[in-house]
Amino acid sequence: MFLEYDAAVFSRMLTGLTLGFHIIFATIGVGVPLMIAFAEWMGLRKHDEHYRLLARRWARGFVVTVAVGVVTGTSIGLQLNLLWPNFMQLAGQTISLPLFMEVFAFFFEAIFLGIYLYTWDRFKNRTRHFLLMIPIVIGASFSAFFITSVNSFMNAPRGFELTNGVITNIHPLAAMFNPAAPTKTAHVLVTCYLTSAFVLGMIGAVKMLKGDRHVYHKKALQLTMTAAFVFSIGTVGIGDLSGKYLAEYQPEKLAAGEWHFETQTEAPLVVGGVLKEGNNVQYALEVPYALSILAHGTPSAEVTGLEEFAQEDRPPLIVHYFFDSMVAIGMYLVFIPLLYLVFRWKKPAWLHHKVLLWGVAAGGPLSILATELGWVYAEVGRQPWILHDIMRTPDGATTSEHVDAMLYLFIGLYAVLGISSAVVLRKMFKNNPVAHELESRGIDRRGGSS
Amino acid sequence: MTYEILGITVLWLFLYGYLIVGSIDFGAGFFHFYNKLSRKNYQVNKLIQRYLSPVWEVTNVFLVFFFVGIVGFFPDTAYYYGTALLVPGSISIVLIAIRGSYYAFNTYGSKDSRVYSFLYGISGLLIPASFTIVLTISEGGYLDVSEGSVTLLLRELLTSTYSWSVVVLAVVSVLYISAAFLTYYSYQAGDRASHQIFRRYTLFWAGPAILASLLIFYTISRHNPEHFQSMLDISWMFMLSFLFFLGAVMLIYRERRLGLAFVLVMLQFFSAWFGYGASHLPYLLYPHLTIYDGFVNETMAAALIAAFIAGLLLLIPSLVLLMRLFLFDADYVRGNR
Ligand code: HDD
Ligand code: HEM
Ligand code: HEM
Repeated sequence: MFLEYDAAVFSRMLTGLTLGFHIIFATIGVGVPLMIAFAEWMGLRKHDEHYRLLARRWARGFVVTVAVGVVTGTSIGLQLNLLWPNFMQLAGQTISLPLFMEVFAFFFEAIFLGIYLYTWDRFKNRTRHFLLMIPIVIGASFSAFFITSVNSFMNAPRGFELTNGVITNIHPLAAMFNPAAPTKTAHVLVTCYLTSAFVLGMIGAVKMLKGDRHVYHKKALQLTMTAAFVFSIGTVGIGDLSGKYLAEYQPEKLAAGEWHFETQTEAPLVVGGVLKEGNNVQYALEVPYALSILAHGTPSAEVTGLEEFAQEDRPPLIVHYFFDSMVAIGMYLVFIPLLYLVFRWKKPAWLHHKVLLWGVAAGGPLSILATELGWVYAEVGRQPWILHDIMRTPDGATTSEHVDAMLYLFIGLYAVLGISSAVVLRKMFKNNPVAHELESRGIDRRGGSS
Repeated sequence: MTYEILGITVLWLFLYGYLIVGSIDFGAGFFHFYNKLSRKNYQVNKLIQRYLSPVWEVTNVFLVFFFVGIVGFFPDTAYYYGTALLVPGSISIVLIAIRGSYYAFNTYGSKDSRVYSFLYGISGLLIPASFTIVLTISEGGYLDVSEGSVTLLLRELLTSTYSWSVVVLAVVSVLYISAAFLTYYSYQAGDRASHQIFRRYTLFWAGPAILASLLIFYTISRHNPEHFQSMLDISWMFMLSFLFFLGAVMLIYRERRLGLAFVLVMLQFFSAWFGYGASHLPYLLYPHLTIYDGFVNETMAAALIAAFIAGLLLLIPSLVLLMRLFLFDADYVRGNR
């Protein structure tokens, strides 16, 4: 093609492609079980069949996303070995423990998911069926925790010593619980929950915008937006802590994300803007003291600038836009559920107003976008390192001559999978609309009014 | 037992697990498609779906477990195999991806589609065929290992009788194992018609399965005489395997004790699999890499083994629950639930 062939460059593109695709399904895979559990629990507690149906329908769609999550996850798992053999050789010595434990978490989740899906009407005691959801939630969240701890290790490698290329003095637990792990795993988990709440909220909102005002959708909206409110506050809070982590352990990533070139105290936060010659920032909004607060929690703190890093150790400056967009979306995702709750409390008449419903609907794709942006910021911002301060990215890559062909192969695969799963999901719910299922299960005649 | 042997045994055991559950799964997918095509018996397909639906994701985890585990216990394999297998490995990934997702689309999607069924039926046979490349390569002679690079000698691989005989064995075994399991399962379900179909399939594929194994002995003796010699040293394991085979076929032919018959099939492959594996040692990749020089450091090995034991304590009860609810619950198997 137009690029000169470089195995490392193509490996990066292929890794980014697979992970970028996997993460959509993975995020849903981590968050949706929790939401299903909430719905089923509400159904049990309130004896409300609507909630149980909600759980049931969510679970049905969930299976399709799980399938794609599993196959793309298998894909990235194998690809890490195929594309980054040198890196994995080193990683195998130091961080294979959480990678290994992740598989157990999946195993656990997969077993109970299989049971859960096929036992809706099998137990006399319905609480039992709900209890099956608990291992699924635990399995999903722990797998996210373990894999993210591997990624934290790439950002803050600990638990070993490297002398003349020989690894000694290995501490698997120190590697796993490295300094990046607390904020990273917490931020990833809470954003998975947040994104899932919004994606499910979006479904209800879209249905209502199309004119279906069934109480079933209203309940769905109430449940998802209440959860989303809690998770969005958590997201922003932990996001702030992630900034503090970066300031301490990866100041160059933070500085590149904020276009912060000179070390200074009382540092302002640069929002948006364009970069002109000589690192001149123009058209940007500057929020005084905000960067010092983000980095260290006090307005007067000193924040390390990019000038202190050698040119070849600096991440690409484009990550600024990824960071800004993620944060902007984060603010939006706090605002919408807040608005919902305020209306509920003060202005119930506006609760299902078109504008708010549109706001919720937009939150679905936006939250997925924020997840993607966050990851690209985190991963590209780590460059030029694959293992921070230890191994540079090209040194970890394969030397194979066919990575480009594989890149095109996988672009094709993901296009097919993406389109098919969208088609299947649409058909699944079109052919079996809520109203129809409510009736066929005899729910509307027995219980909930509309 | 040294850590090295313990590590490889655990991994080999999981690969054996994948061999069995994967074969049942892949073969069932193929039979599902075949029956659909020949419009033989719709009842059979329902039965296959009932078995497959709750367990397919579990099957996949066996595989993931293996490749995550091998890099954990033997990090150097990432270097050798990772570099060489980019292209065949990627093709396997695409096949797995197509199979897994189209299986789900077909089962959970709104209608049973012939195209989807075709995609997962066929890819189920191609997956075992493509995976065997790893075993083939491990015999040596298909990689060029020089300073700082490893390349796959594709021409040697594609023109070698050994590599093709492994492919044949893989495909035939998948059909044989799967048919044997479904013979038992349909019997449990009280579905006489399906039972007869699978019984015929099992007896039909039994012959080719044993012939293909003999072919392997012959081709390996020419390709890697050293390995063949160590196979002869433990030939009793292969004899044992053959006896299990005879027992299984006999029981199925006479329609007696079908559960035991399937256990015998499992034992047949267990002894052959471990016979092959044991005679392959100490090499992970002949002659470049042994389990001793590629092993992870001791601390990590101990941590992995501890995690493994803890994991098993969690998983075994869960798996038992899964099997009790689906495989061995007569009401479920008969479709009453
Ligand atoms: C719905 C998704 C979402 C939203 C709304 C936000 N984030 Fe985020 N962010 C992520 C999704 C995400 C992520 C995908 O989960 C990342 C990528 C890697 C990681 O650790 O989490 C991430 C990374 C990430 C990092 C880099 C961590 C690292 O590289 O170690 C920082 C500093 C922040 N976030 C900070 C924030 C702040 C201050 C937000 C305030 C509104 C925010 N994020 C909203
Ligand atoms: C799932 C969310 C993730 C996404 C969307 C993501 C995205 C990306 C992107 C875009 C790149 C390319 C960066 C560049 O070339 O500049 C990359 C690189 C990489 N990521 Fe991630 N990543 C994710 C999580 C992870 C995790 C959890 C791991 C570790 C287990 C990981 C391992 C890698 C590796 C090995 C590379 C290649 C080396 C590099 O370019 O730094 N990623 N990822
Ligand atoms: C932080 C980012 C990631 C998260 C949150 C995540 C989460 C998940 C989840 C929840 C699943 C199960 C599928 C589902 O339920 O939808 C899954 C599948 C999988 N993921 Fe990821 N994943 C991430 C990145 C990665 C990376 C970098 C790897 C490679 C090492 C990986 C390997 C796998 C594998 C092998 C599977 C399939 C497991 C199976 O067969 O059940 N994941 N992932």
